[in-house]
Amino acid sequence: MSTASAPQRAWNHPLARPLGALALLLALAALGVPGFLHLEIKDGHLYGNLVDILHRAAPLMLAALGMTLVIATRGIDVSVGAVVAIAGAVACQLVGTQGLALALSAALGAALLCGLWNGLLVAGLGLQPIIATLILMVAGRGLAQLLTDGQILTVYEPASFFWLGTGHLLGLPVSLFVVAAVAGGTALLMRRTALGLFIQSVGINPVAARLAGVRTAAIVCFVYLYCSLGAGLAGLMIASNIRSADANNAGLLLELDAILAVTLGGGQLSGGRFNLAGSLIGALIIQTLTSAIYALGVPPQVTMVVKALVVFAVCISQSPSWARHARRPA
Amino acid sequence: MLELSGLHKSFPGVRALSDVSLRLFPGEIHALMGQNGAGKSTLIKVLTGLYAPDAGTMTLQGRPIAPRGTEDAQRLGIRTVYQEVNLCPNLSVAENICAGRFPRRWGRIDWAAVRVEAKRALAQMDLDIDVGAPLSRYSLSVQQMVAIGRALRDPAQVLILDEPTSSLDDAAVQRLFTVLRRLREQGLAILFVTHFLDQTYAVADRITVMRNGQTEGEYLAQDLSRLALVNKMVGAPADQVPARLDSSAPIDGEPVLSARGLSRQGSLQPLDLSLRRGEVLGLAGLLGSGRTEAARLLFGADAPDQGQVEIGGRARRWHSPREAIAAGLAFCSEDRKHEGAILDLSVRDNILLALQARHGLRLVMSREQQNALAEDFIRRLGIKTASADTPIGQLSGGNQQKALLARWLATRPAVLILDEPTRGIDVRAKEDLMDQVRALAHGEAGMAIVFISSELREVLHCSDRVLVLRDRRAAGEYRCGELDERSVLEAIAADPAAAPAA
Repeated sequence: MSTASAPQRAWNHPLARPLGALALLLALAALGVPGFLHLEIKDGHLYGNLVDILHRAAPLMLAALGMTLVIATRGIDVSVGAVVAIAGAVACQLVGTQGLALALSAALGAALLCGLWNGLLVAGLGLQPIIATLILMVAGRGLAQLLTDGQILTVYEPASFFWLGTGHLLGLPVSLFVVAAVAGGTALLMRRTALGLFIQSVGINPVAARLAGVRTAAIVCFVYLYCSLGAGLAGLMIASNIRSADANNAGLLLELDAILAVTLGGGQLSGGRFNLAGSLIGALIIQTLTSAIYALGVPPQVTMVVKALVVFAVCISQSPSWARHARRPA
Repeated sequence: MLELSGLHKSFPGVRALSDVSLRLFPGEIHALMGQNGAGKSTLIKVLTGLYAPDAGTMTLQGRPIAPRGTEDAQRLGIRTVYQEVNLCPNLSVAENICAGRFPRRWGRIDWAAVRVEAKRALAQMDLDIDVGAPLSRYSLSVQQMVAIGRALRDPAQVLILDEPTSSLDDAAVQRLFTVLRRLREQGLAILFVTHFLDQTYAVADRITVMRNGQTEGEYLAQDLSRLALVNKMVGAPADQVPARLDSSAPIDGEPVLSARGLSRQGSLQPLDLSLRRGEVLGLAGLLGSGRTEAARLLFGADAPDQGQVEIGGRARRWHSPREAIAAGLAFCSEDRKHEGAILDLSVRDNILLALQARHGLRLVMSREQQNALAEDFIRRLGIKTASADTPIGQLSGGNQQKALLARWLATRPAVLILDEPTRGIDVRAKEDLMDQVRALAHGEAGMAIVFISSELREVLHCSDRVLVLRDRRAAGEYRCGELDERSVLEAIAADPAAAPAA
C-alpha cells in the first residue's frame, strides 16, 4: 500500500469512484445534449439542469442519509416510501384547517412514530430488519390511503406550504438548503458526538459492542427513528412540490433508490463503516441518470434498461473481487 | 487400521500441528483429548480431507492415502459426525440418511429403497424408529444416532465423532455409548473427541493426548490415571518442582467484588466467590468446567437465574454488561474475534470504545486527547501497530489482545476479568501480559483481577489465590502457601463418583 503512487492513492479514496462515476455521467450528458451543463440567472433564480438535478434529488438524498445509518448497523428500512406517503397525507390533511406549523409538526411526529415502531420491532423484538420494516411498508401506505380516503388530496392554501418544495432562497431552491442543513447536522452529530463510533461498532460487531457497554438497542432504535424522520421530511417536500398528497404514488419505491444510493456511494450492505457524502453522491448519480436520459431523448421504454446498465457498471467497479481480477493481469 | 505419523500443518503465523501421530485400531474406541487450541480440530480436518497436511504420512490398512476433500475421505471409509448435528430437521429421517446419494431407479428417486436403506443403516445401532417421520420429532440423542447412521450407511472403516456428547444429557450419553460399544464389536475403528474425563474413561480403550499442536502420547486407558491424563493435557511435567504462589497481596483486604450463589441453568451451579483489592484470583479447571460461565455471570454478559453480585458492599443484579461497567467491572472475553475486537475500526477507536460507551454520546475527549491516550497505551503495553489509525484487524493476535486490555484499562476498572487473555499469542507476549497483570494488581492501581487460563502454569504464575472449578461448580480454593500444581491438578481431575473433594 505504501508504495502506491499518488494517483493510485487518490483512486483508493472512498469517494473517488462515486465522484468519478458522477463526473463521467455529467460529461457524457454534456456531450450528448449541448448545453446540459448550462446555468443561467432568470428572475433572480439560478436555472439549469444542474440545479434541477439537485432539486429533484433532494427527497432521495434525505432518504439516503437515513438509509446510510440504518445500513451501517446491518439493518435495512424498506418502509421509507410508506413514511413519505404518511407524512404527506398528514400534512395535507391538516394544513388547510390547522395551520402550517401544526401540520408540519404533526407530519414529522407521525414519521417519528413510524421510526419508533420500526426501531422497537428490530431492537426490541429482534425481528429481521427487512421483515420488520416490510410490515410498515405494506401497512403504512394503506394508512396513508385511509387518511386521504383513497383520493389525491390537493392543497390550495396556505401558499407558505409550497415554499418548501418550490420556493427559492438566495436564488437557489429551498430544498437544497434543507438537504444541506440535514446533511451538515448529521455530519456534526457523527463527528462531535460518539454516535458515529457506536453506530459503526454495532454494525461491525454487535456482540463486542454490547460487551464494551454500548447501548446497542438504543443505537439501533435511533437509526430507524432518524431514517423515518428523513423520510417524513422528504414526504413534506414532495407533497409541497406537487401541492397534494398522493397516497398511492408519493415516494413509491423511494426506499429502493435510497438503498441503491448508499450502495453507489460505496456503502456495504454488511454494515460497519459508512460514508454520508458517498450516499449523497449516489443519490445524485441516480437523479443525473434520470435527467440525462430524458434530456437525451431516450425512448421511455428503454430508460429502465439504460439505468440498470449504468448502475450495474458502477456497482461492478466497486466490487472487491472485480478489482482483484482487474489488477491481476497488470 | 489407520495410522498417521509425522503430520505437520501450518497456517500463516501459526503452527497448528507439528509431528503429530495417531494410531486407530479396528474394534477399539480411541479418545482424542486436549485443551482448546491443542490441535484436535485441525487433526480431524486433516483426517477428513478438509485440510491437506504440509508433511507426514497417512496410511489406511497399510496403504498410503491422501484424501482430498471430504467426499474422498468418505469413499475411503472414513466417516465423521460433527459436534453440531448437521442434519435437516424438517426432512424425514430416511431423507436425512440418504440425502446426497439417493437410491435411484430410472432416473428417479426410489422412495421405497430410501426407506429400506435408512432402516438398514439404523439397524446397525439397534435403532428401530419410523424413518418416514420428520427428524425434528425425535430427541437430540436420536438425531445424533441418525447422524451416525448416515455416516455408516455404506461399510465404513473409521468413524470419527467430534464432541458428540456436548449437547446430550446423561441418559442420552449412555445410549450413545451403548451404540458405540456395539459398533466397536463390529470391528469399526472409532475416534472419539471429547473434553469430559468421565466419558473418556467410561468408553475409551486407548487415549491420545494432544497439547500445543503436538501429540503428548498414546496410552491404554487402563494404564493412565485421571491425574496423569490431566497432567498431560495441561502440560505440567510430573517431576517438575511444583510452582508455588508467591503472593504479595493483602490477605485480609476488603472484598471488592463477591458473588453469592451465582448460578445459571446449564452453565453454572451456585458459586460463591470473593475478590479483594489488589489480588489476582485465578480460575482453574478444564474446558467446560464453568470458568468462562462464571466470568460472564459476574460481568452481566449472561443473566443469572439465581444469586447476586456484591460490589462495594451493595448487592446488585446486572441486567446488562453496561451496568457492570458503570460499577467498575471490566471483562476481556476469551473470544477475541467475536466478542472483543471491532475488526474494521482503528486501534484508537477500539481502545476508546468502552470508556466512551460509559460516558454516553458526549465525547469524553478531543481528537488530540484520544490520540494521546491511544499512543500512551500503545507505548505502555508495547502494542505493535503501524499507527493508532490502523484497523485493529491488521494486528497480530497478541497485539489485538493488548489493545483490548488497553480498552478496559482506559476505563480504570476496580475489577478486571480476563478470560484466556493468553490464548493464541506467542510465548513472549504471554510473559509480557502476565507481568502486566501482576503489576496492575500489586501496583498503585490495586486492581482486583480474575485471571482465567487453560494453562495451569499461567494461572499459578499469575494468581494470589486459585479457585478450581470442576463440572460447573467450585471444587476447591487454594491460598498462597497451600497451593502447588499437584493439589490443583488433583482437584481438577478428581473423580466426581468418589467422595467430593474438600
